[in-house]
This record gives sequence, C-alpha cells and structure tokens, in this order.
Amino acid sequence: MALRAVAISTKTGISAAVLVAALILAAVGAVLWRAEFGSGLGPADWSAIQFTVLQAALSALLSTVLAIPVARALARRRFVGRGLLVTLLGAPFILPVIVAVLGVLAVFGRAGWLNAALALVGLPGITIYGLHGVVLAHVFFNLPLATRLLLQAWQTVSAERFRLAAQLGLTPRAVFRSIELPLLRQILPGTAALIFVICLTSFAVALTLGGGPRATTIELAIYQAFRFDFDLNRAALLSLVQLGLAGSTAALALWIIPAISLGGGQDRPLHRWDARGGLQRWLDALFITVAAGFLLLPLTSVVLRGVIGLPQMPASVWQAAGTSVTVALISVVVLLALALPLAGWIATRARGGVEAVGLLGLAASPLMIGTGWFILINPVASPFALALPVTALVNALMALPFALRILVPRLRDTVQIYGRQAQMLGLTGWPLWRWLILPRLRPQIGFAAGLTGALSMGDLGVIALFADPDSATLPLQMYRLMGAYRMEAAAGAALILLALSLGIFWIFDKGGRWHADA
Amino acid sequence: MKYLTLAAITLVATQAWAETPELVVYTYDSFVAEWGPGPVIEAAFEAECACDLKFVGMGDGAALLARLKLEGARSDADLVLGLDTSLIAAAKETGLFATATVDADYDLPVTWEDDSFAPYDWGYFAFVHSADLTPPANFRALADSDLKIVIQDPRSSTPGLGLLMWVKDAYGDEAPAIWEGLADNVVTVTKGWSEAYGLFLEGEADMVLSYTTSPAYHLIAEEDATKAAAAFDEGHYMQIEVVGKLAGSDQPELADQFMQFMVSDAAQSVLPTTNWMYPAVTPQGGLPEGFEKLIEPGKALLIPSDDVPALREEALAEWLSALSQ
Repeated sequence: MALRAVAISTKTGISAAVLVAALILAAVGAVLWRAEFGSGLGPADWSAIQFTVLQAALSALLSTVLAIPVARALARRRFVGRGLLVTLLGAPFILPVIVAVLGVLAVFGRAGWLNAALALVGLPGITIYGLHGVVLAHVFFNLPLATRLLLQAWQTVSAERFRLAAQLGLTPRAVFRSIELPLLRQILPGTAALIFVICLTSFAVALTLGGGPRATTIELAIYQAFRFDFDLNRAALLSLVQLGLAGSTAALALWIIPAISLGGGQDRPLHRWDARGGLQRWLDALFITVAAGFLLLPLTSVVLRGVIGLPQMPASVWQAAGTSVTVALISVVVLLALALPLAGWIATRARGGVEAVGLLGLAASPLMIGTGWFILINPVASPFALALPVTALVNALMALPFALRILVPRLRDTVQIYGRQAQMLGLTGWPLWRWLILPRLRPQIGFAAGLTGALSMGDLGVIALFADPDSATLPLQMYRLMGAYRMEAAAGAALILLALSLGIFWIFDKGGRWHADA
Repeated sequence: MKYLTLAAITLVATQAWAETPELVVYTYDSFVAEWGPGPVIEAAFEAECACDLKFVGMGDGAALLARLKLEGARSDADLVLGLDTSLIAAAKETGLFATATVDADYDLPVTWEDDSFAPYDWGYFAFVHSADLTPPANFRALADSDLKIVIQDPRSSTPGLGLLMWVKDAYGDEAPAIWEGLADNVVTVTKGWSEAYGLFLEGEADMVLSYTTSPAYHLIAEEDATKAAAAFDEGHYMQIEVVGKLAGSDQPELADQFMQFMVSDAAQSVLPTTNWMYPAVTPQGGLPEGFEKLIEPGKALLIPSDDVPALREEALAEWLSALSQ
C-alpha cells in the first residue's frame, strides 16, 4: 500500500497509544478496585446520560456548521489584524469555565449588554438559561476551535490547486465543490467528534446555564458520586459510560472519514483567485464581523473587569502564575513526546480508528483520573510531591486529541507526497523525522503546542485533588479569591490568566510559523 | 550530580526539621489562603506549641471528607478542620476520628454536644440581596414573588445541601410544595458558592443563597453598605464548622492542644474578619465593628447530624423532582 512507502516506525507510536490507554484505564481500574460493589446506575443517571448526549450533539453540530463560513472567510481574506484576530479567537476555549460564563453573561445575561440594547429599542429581553443557553455557551467555547481546525486544513491545500482552478475559470461554487468540499468531508467528522467529546464532559457550564436539575450531565453525576456519596462503584461506572460514549463516537466518526488526500505541490502562501469581489466579499466580511463580535464582546467584558481588579490583586497571584506557566511548559513537552509518534503511526494507516485512543484523555473525567492516580500513588509516594507532574501529565492527555487532529492530516499528506522520495534516500527513523517530517509540520506542531500550553494554563481539574497550599495554580488561586468574596481581585487574576494563556499560545503558534509559509 | 546534591541537602534539611514535631491539618481552600485565617492562626499556634503547624487546603468540606476516605487510616493528617454538621455523621461512619474533649463556653444558638468534634465558627444561611430591595419575609412569600434567585446544587456544594436541610427543617412534609413554588424563582443552579455569588454580583438574580455574615465582608472590607441579608421568619438554618482529630494521628497531644487553641481568644478573634463567620466563642473584645448591623434570625434551625444522611436522600429526591419539571 502506498502509505506504507515511508518507513515511519510504528513501534513508538503503538507504545505511545498503549501508554495513553494505560494511564486512563489504570485510573478507572484503581477506582473500581477500591469500590465496594453494590449500587448500579439509577434512573436519574440515565436521564443525565440522555441530556448529556443531546446537548453535546447539538453543540457539536452547531459549532462545526457555523465554523465553515467563518473559516472559509478567514482562509480567503487578508486584512490588517487578521493574525491577531485568529489568535484572539482561540481565547474562549482556554478560559476557566467560570470566567468565560461570566463573560458570556455580561453580553447575553439578564443584566447584559444585549438585553440593555433590546430594552433601549423597546423589545422584550431574552433569557439565556436552558438548553439554548448551554448550547450557546458551548458554541462560544468551541466555534473558535472548529474554525482554527478548519482554517488549518484549508491551509494544507496547495496554491497550485487554486491556481489551476482559477485558470479553468471555476466559479466560487465550483471551487467549493471540487476543492473545499472534499476537504470538509475529510476534516468535519473528526472536528465534530472532538467537540462532541468536549461537551460530553461539560459540567459547570451545563449546570449554570442549563438552569438547574434539568441540565444534569454525567460529569455532575460522577462529581456527586465521588463527593457526597463516595460511591466509587457508581463513579467508575459513570466514568466508563462517558469513556464508552466518547470512544465509540470517535471511532465511528473517524471510521467514516474517507481517506482523501490532496495532490502534491510546493508550499506557497495561500493565494485565492476566486471570490475576489462582490457578494462573496461582503458575505465574508459579514461572517468575520459577526463571529468576531460574538466571541470578542464577552472577552472584552473579561478584560474590562480585569483591569479594574488588577490593583487589588495580592502578590501570591504572581507566584501562582509562575506555577501555572511551569506546569503548562511541562505539559507541552509531555504532549509532544506522546503526540508525534502517535500521529506518525496513525498517518501511515489507511483509516484513523486508532485516533480514538487520543480522545480517551478528554473523555475521562478529570476527577476520576485524579482519584484513580491518587489511589495508585498514595501507598508509594506523597501525592502532594507529585501534584505538579500529575497535573502536567493529565493536561497533556487532555490536549492529545486536539494535537492529533492538528497533526495527522498534514502528516498524512507529507507521507503520501514525499514518501517515495524519502524511501529513495533511505530515510528512516530519527533522520526521517528530523529532515522530512518535523520541518514540514512546524506550523502544526507550533499550533498544537500553543493549544496545549494554553489549555493547561486554564485547567482546574486535577490540581484541586492533589494540591497543597504552596503549589496553587492560577485558576485555583482565582477560585480562592472568589471564595473570599474578592471578586474584583479574582477578575484581575482572570485577566492575567487570559493574557498568559494567549501569550503562551501566541509564542508557540508564531514560533511554529516563523519563516514558514502557512 | 547537581540534583543528587540538592536531594541530599533537602533530605538533611528535612531530617533536621523533623526534630520539631509536625502537625498536619487538612482544611478547605479559602482557610489557607493568605487573606484567610490560616496564616494568622499558624503563627499564633506555632508561638506556643514548639511545633510546625502545616495547613493543607483542598476544595471544601465535602472534598475534605472524600479525601480522607481515599486516604483511609494511612492519612498524614492529624486533624481535619472545616467539616460541618451535615457531614459529621458521614465522617464518624468512617471510623477515622478519635474522641476529643474541648473545654469551652460556646456562644452558639444551640447547645453543643459531640464527643469527637469541636465547633470553631458558625453562620446562618441567608439570601443576600441588594440593600434597596424589600426582601420577602419567608420562603412562601419568596415563592409568591417575582424575585429571581440563584442557588447552589446540593449534589456538588455544601451551601446547596444546607438549603435543602433548611427547607426540610422549616417545612417538613410541606417541603416539596415549597420547592414547587420556588421553581419559577430559581434563575439557575450553580456548582458552588463562588459561581452563584459571582452571578448575583453580575446582576443575574435579585438574591443569592449565602450567609447572614456576607454583608459584613462588603461593609467592613469594602466599606460598601449596598448588600443585605433577608431575615426569614421561619428561622435560618445554621452551618457550624468543626475541627476533629484523627485516630491515626502520631501527635495526639498536640492535636488536642490545637483543638483547644481553636476555641481560644487568639484564634476566635481572627475568624470573623478572615473567615467571615461568627466565632464559636465570642472574643474578649467582642465582635468587630460592622457585625452589629447584620440581621439576627429569631430562630436557629439545625437538624441533628445523625439524622442528616437519611433526610438528605429524601430531600434531594424532592428537590430534583420539583425543579426538573
């Protein structure tokens, strides 16, 4: 098979996959091992499962569908501030839930800007609580991600193909059908599956904006089982349901992806000859403006509030910020060590079924992973001593599916296009990576590393279970400030968090694209 | 090599340190924060105990208990500070706690009788609102009003659980009807206290479930008199926070000394303006200025801790069915 032409060692890839699966399944196993069998899933658990799947499916569908016009518009337009806008669009995704929710509410909430504007023109207000609120917030979180993933895919199309299309005088519609549609068919199922899984584990967003018990998710049921009932059996069962749902969705979505790869060509900046003016231009401008407004207005409120709170922040926030940056950087290193071999293995396979392994890290409840590893580590070492490494590792696991979605398509193309040449040169193993793969994947690696760093900065999951007072991360410190009524200082900390997350993302992303044309 | 040297130094340093006994106290997060009571209490106790007091903060009361159950008898903790009366029965059931006697003249609205846990502070749950709002006088009036409230989920937070107990204690079998009446007042339910209070401050609701002492923070720390707590005539449910010692402690005498210290003036005088709760024993200097402006409920409600587990399950089912309509 042509894909096999290049000799990427599958051994490291398989080891990475086994390691990822083992890390997660060991945690489930440990929880089950400590559990006393008895309770199973009750009717409340089943309705939680139903609601979880419904809201996740709606959120995934809307996020991906809306991302198509936005990504298309961004892919074919050049304007001042485009780079900054694309970076800022990544922001909602990496914010701690509570910060993002307060940002969304500042715009869409009961006392928000939208309702104020509606009242001004005499229209009735809107209420954001309910299923639509959950979906709106999830689109806010995930539209940027879907857009970035699609944009990234768009940029893998070689300029020659667009030039050819232009020479043939194809209309935008024909270009869409011949070039862009196959691309979308390749990238959309995976993107939707990814967002489905992210929303599957949602808990604080769904509860807060869902309006109460109607919006119970599996993750909340897991939380309850651990905290008040300490019913490890039920917690582990629910975790397995969540893993199973996510894993099978992922496998299914990846299975139906046609193994399309685009033709070869030299790397050149993406130039489009179609859609130069008229209606297309206006439509693109409209999509970009609406998306930017939807995503940036809530962020603006986070920034405005943060600036007011900055002077009230205690010095310990900076210390926490340092800890968070350290954790984020370790996560990036761990992630790359796992993701690159894994991507290399997946790329040489005709179908992407094994990519589902990567999704496990995201589908597993952080509380479950934390508890499982706590049970395993506690007898041999102090969990406090390992708080930061474990946090870094779990954060890397969480970022793994994103990294794979980013790396695999490009890696697959590279292997197909250059495989034969590499084989003729006898490149294998490390030299193959060093001379062929890494240079060509640099933009994708930078993006993946940036996303991991930023995600890790904003994460609150595992640290809470392992933390001791000296190793508070920035999100944890922010919660402590809120817990002590210091909402303004907490808003300041949230702004620092936003700035650091975006900064880390920007540095890696920019670094990856430095002197690279993509 | 460098690391080996570093490790050796750390080891020696740890051993030298080990000569002063270490007392480990598990507590909730906001207690250990630099603006919380932790640092002051640590300094004051270390001055008299010739020991090293180490606070370890993790989540809230419920998270503390879950952590203890995970660690079991192997726990490094000598004491746990921050469980409340809703959690005492579950805590005792673990068999991890030792009996302890603390000698104190408590200023609690109820008589305190417990052979394991000593209360160190307490508060009343209450709905906090903007001072210019005329609050309803009880749950029935609240249910009949158009006021919007934010509450916490009893499945993920201790105040949320407190509210369940409050309605149950005040209304007994009528509790389901009260919840059905309240359903259209509840804007939303949050994971924890911070989220709910944040939403309230953002103007998402007229009232939020918090404590009668919450306005004291705004009044004293921020000189802001725009927040008030609503006095309900059916009484207010209490949260009493307690400290207890673990049976597996390797410093039992020190642990006893710490429990006694927690009700001493040195600790009690710190709590009102760091933990924003009432002290369990009124300090010699009285309560800080500003506390006299807080509402004082006519009736203190509290379900005996042994009855909580059974009632919790019943109340949770009622709450779920009323609010998921």
